[in-house]
Amino acid sequence: MTKRTEYSHALDLQNGRVEMAHGSGGKAMAQLIDELFLQAFSNPWLEQMNDQACFNLPPGRVVMATDSHVISPLFFPGGDIGALSVHGTVNDVAMSGAQPKYLSAGFILEEGFPLADLQRIVQSMAAAAEEAGVAIVTGDTKVVERGKGDGCFINTTGIGVLPDQLNLSGNRVQPGDKVLLSGTLGDHGVAIMSLREGLTFETTVESDSQSLHDLVAAMVAAVPQINCMRDPTRGGLAATLNEIAQSSGVGISIYEASIPVKAQVSAACEFLGLDPLYVANEGKLVAFCPADKAEQLLAVMQQHPKGKQAAIIGEVTADPLKFVQMETVFGGRRMVDWISAEQLPRIC
Amino acid sequence: MKYVDEYRDGKLAREIAERIRNEASPQRVYHLMEFCGGHTHAIFRYGIPDLLPDNVKMIHGPGCPVCVLPISRLDTAIELAVTHGVILCSYGDMMRVPGSRRRSLLKARAEGADVRMVYSSMDALKLAQDHPDREVVFFAIGFETTTPPTALVIHQARKLGLKNFSVFCNHVLTPAAIGSILDSPEAGELGLLTLDGFVGPAHVSTVIGSQPYERFADEYSKPIVIAGFEPLDLLQAILMLIRQVNDGRSEVENEFSRAVTRQGNERAKQIVDETFEVRDTFEWRGLGFVPLSALQIRPEFADQDAEKRFPVEYRSSAENSACECGPILHGVKSPRDCTLFGRACTPENPLGPCMVSSEGACAAYYSYGRHQESLIASDNSE
Repeated sequence: MTKRTEYSHALDLQNGRVEMAHGSGGKAMAQLIDELFLQAFSNPWLEQMNDQACFNLPPGRVVMATDSHVISPLFFPGGDIGALSVHGTVNDVAMSGAQPKYLSAGFILEEGFPLADLQRIVQSMAAAAEEAGVAIVTGDTKVVERGKGDGCFINTTGIGVLPDQLNLSGNRVQPGDKVLLSGTLGDHGVAIMSLREGLTFETTVESDSQSLHDLVAAMVAAVPQINCMRDPTRGGLAATLNEIAQSSGVGISIYEASIPVKAQVSAACEFLGLDPLYVANEGKLVAFCPADKAEQLLAVMQQHPKGKQAAIIGEVTADPLKFVQMETVFGGRRMVDWISAEQLPRIC
Repeated sequence: MKYVDEYRDGKLAREIAERIRNEASPQRVYHLMEFCGGHTHAIFRYGIPDLLPDNVKMIHGPGCPVCVLPISRLDTAIELAVTHGVILCSYGDMMRVPGSRRRSLLKARAEGADVRMVYSSMDALKLAQDHPDREVVFFAIGFETTTPPTALVIHQARKLGLKNFSVFCNHVLTPAAIGSILDSPEAGELGLLTLDGFVGPAHVSTVIGSQPYERFADEYSKPIVIAGFEPLDLLQAILMLIRQVNDGRSEVENEFSRAVTRQGNERAKQIVDETFEVRDTFEWRGLGFVPLSALQIRPEFADQDAEKRFPVEYRSSAENSACECGPILHGVKSPRDCTLFGRACTPENPLGPCMVSSEGACAAYYSYGRHQESLIASDNSE
């Protein structure tokens, strides 16, 4: 790859900082793109240096999703905003059953943000994109004055292609369907919480931030009859189940004893007064499928490295009131309502 | 999880529930009050009412410190942050509580006030050390459990010679509130409140011991069982209360013997006593003014007392007249009896104190959907 221009000094990626000029459209911005973004995301579409990317798609319906990432802190156990911004959008596309193909990336940087941190974030995005099999084909960079941002915000938009035989949607879930969860709840939220100002506690819990495209591919290949998939991010599993119950006009019953939660996550939630059902995840999915396919789907999930701890956690019921209920480990029943406000401040 | 799962064992729970069903006399109704909001929350979280026979009724008490703090005190805290420009440090669950004109600490922060959420009183002290040019005020609330840490930071601030740290003290006393409920003319005159016994909060008793409850057993003939916050603790305490009622006994029994003694924590009690004195009277949301029910900072520590340091004045603020939190906190009404519940008053937009914190009875009913179960019942019967 050749650079458009020769620059008098290379970007100081060790000690340099983002300046207003890096978003001004001039030479400084061109240098940032050349020496940082192009180096990391290198692909034929980006290298054409157009204001847009032009590409062909395989046959099928096109799926598109967008997600903005404003997480604090930017770096956390198990990930960073860069990888998260790829995983988040890849997963939103993948939950339709589609294979994600292309991403756009929009950066809003705060004046003074260390270029070394930006490089770390960009490299992490590139690695995540490669792992997910997507190309970052177009992008944008803006710089805001110091004090008007929080270091780095990233928006990504993703495009994928959905084969004709798949029909997954939040309004397709049927009474009798089983509810499957791909792994442990609350890892991301607790990992973030452990770093919050005034609340540093020692934990070995890492964020579960990961792309689920390959797990999804294995699942829809084996059981194309899956009615719906979602990744329970903000608001946790509770919010996701309530969304589905509303959209499909059904009730959902889950069993607390069957929901996998890591001991450390459970302990952290215990002393912080949180409920893992409401804590965010960034690498888990919940799937609804006909009961006669549930065991087969579970086996496929458990054979995949990203679904080893998958479990059938409940079932869909006919309920005009659209309630989500849980049988507690204690033998009682309770409602699992929407959360009324965030349990944690800004985590994804 | 070790030391937790043992107290949530479903099989043991069914065994205790079976004993409760066998021992509760079908000829009578048992009205038991769990004083503490933490207990209320646990009861609903684990679905304990499903395990109890219909004639064992749990009545939810006023033991939620966020809920009982009067609007006037909250308004004062907001005024400290807004008018006096201090860094106001508050526990998280206080942040969303609406004061006058529905203004909360979070709203004040959005308007520019410097309000910080802290997880302990020590965090507030650290902020004062980090910002020597700013006045830092710790908004101290809570029952006897949170009082010793507040006392400690007051001593620590003095020891460190911090000139910019003070405490806005709102600590309240559990036995005074129980006394107020038992003496309440509202309950007495209307004859509405039948209470056969109390579940006492174990965390409070790890500090004050079980001894302060003995007068309720002696003078009011009410059985009391001090219980932990795990669901098995609660079920066991309910069984112990039923046995006392059946035997005609009224004693203070200690279910939480793994941490509670009769005397409590002498060192904690001592530092609290050195730092605070009892106020003549204090306003509680829902209970009104209750004599000798709260603490204030002793004059020796006036420098650390935000009420002495800043010219603040109290304006008693009226509650919404349709709000039933008073009778609910007294145990004479249920959240479902309130016309505002779930309509004008929700956790997102609470009008009354019982809806503002997750420990409040109305919030627990709402979050765990007990109010919706009547819908399920009516739906199934159609």
